[in-house]
Amino acid sequence: MKDASALEAITGSIGAKALPRRNGELVFEAPWESRAFGVAVALHDAGAIDFERFRAHLIAEIAEHGTNTEAEGYYEHWLDALQQLLLEEGVVSEPELDARAATIAHEWAHDHDH
Amino acid sequence: MSHDDHHHDHDDVAVRAAALEALLVEKGLISTDAIDAVVDLYENDVGPQNGARVVARAWVDDAYRERLHANGTGAIGELGYGGFEGDTMVVVENTPEVHNVIVCTLCSCYPWPVLGLPPSWYKSPAYRARVVAEPRAVLAEFGLELDPDVEIRVWDSTAEVRYLVLPMRPPGTESLEEDELAALVTRDSMVGTGLPLSPTGAAA
Repeated sequence: MKDASALEAITGSIGAKALPRRNGELVFEAPWESRAFGVAVALHDAGAIDFERFRAHLIAEIAEHGTNTEAEGYYEHWLDALQQLLLEEGVVSEPELDARAATIAHEWAHDHDH
Repeated sequence: MSHDDHHHDHDDVAVRAAALEALLVEKGLISTDAIDAVVDLYENDVGPQNGARVVARAWVDDAYRERLHANGTGAIGELGYGGFEGDTMVVVENTPEVHNVIVCTLCSCYPWPVLGLPPSWYKSPAYRARVVAEPRAVLAEFGLELDPDVEIRVWDSTAEVRYLVLPMRPPGTESLEEDELAALVTRDSMVGTGLPLSPTGAAA
């Protein structure tokens, strides 16, 4: 297990991400990741979700859908876990999420045309 | 949503994230400003430099180090760090005989207030599984070759307890001030996958 691929699996992403931050870390790889993170924490700060219940969903998502070697997709699990929790608690509904996603996708596609 | 459509492309995930955010803002549960503030805080202000100050204080102040052992949360709070995701902090100190390393085997619990958000590799299934099964080999891959006599203790973070490794003070730092010492404390040395820098810049 000491081959290059195992090393890559654990440490491979460090160098590529070394963009400077005031705290020396780049923690998000795409803007949506930071929004998904911020939404969950802001909901917790507002008392709107129980973070332990969120964490239980996150563990289940990772256990069920996590790949064997990559951290890639971590914030997708995060987003799915948050969505599951909010659906379960009736905070949002699947139809309204789907409708809003369709609207946003349309807007973005439209923006890209110009 | 069904689980058959995982592995969507990034645009699709971005759309779903935006849709969820827009709905929650519209329902008045959170504000865009609040989300912005959270993101800015964790992208820029909360990071390993916080933990480095804790470690440097412990190196220069024996009474503080004792308080860290007795009540990690309280002693870390003395420096102004605490709150979310760091409610119960336990500090585990490296010695010549014992090297500590932290992991979260189930997801990615991490002591946010002192280390910020976890790096990619900390969240990877490879690290989460292997550091428990073969810690010595994993640390060697990080470039940390420990003497075979050194016991490695792996601490699995939980919802209730987050760990911070207190590394050993590097030799040759007797004359350094607290701020200079803090500059030697790396994130990895507080996770246990590395050592502090030596005063000349190399890993001690």
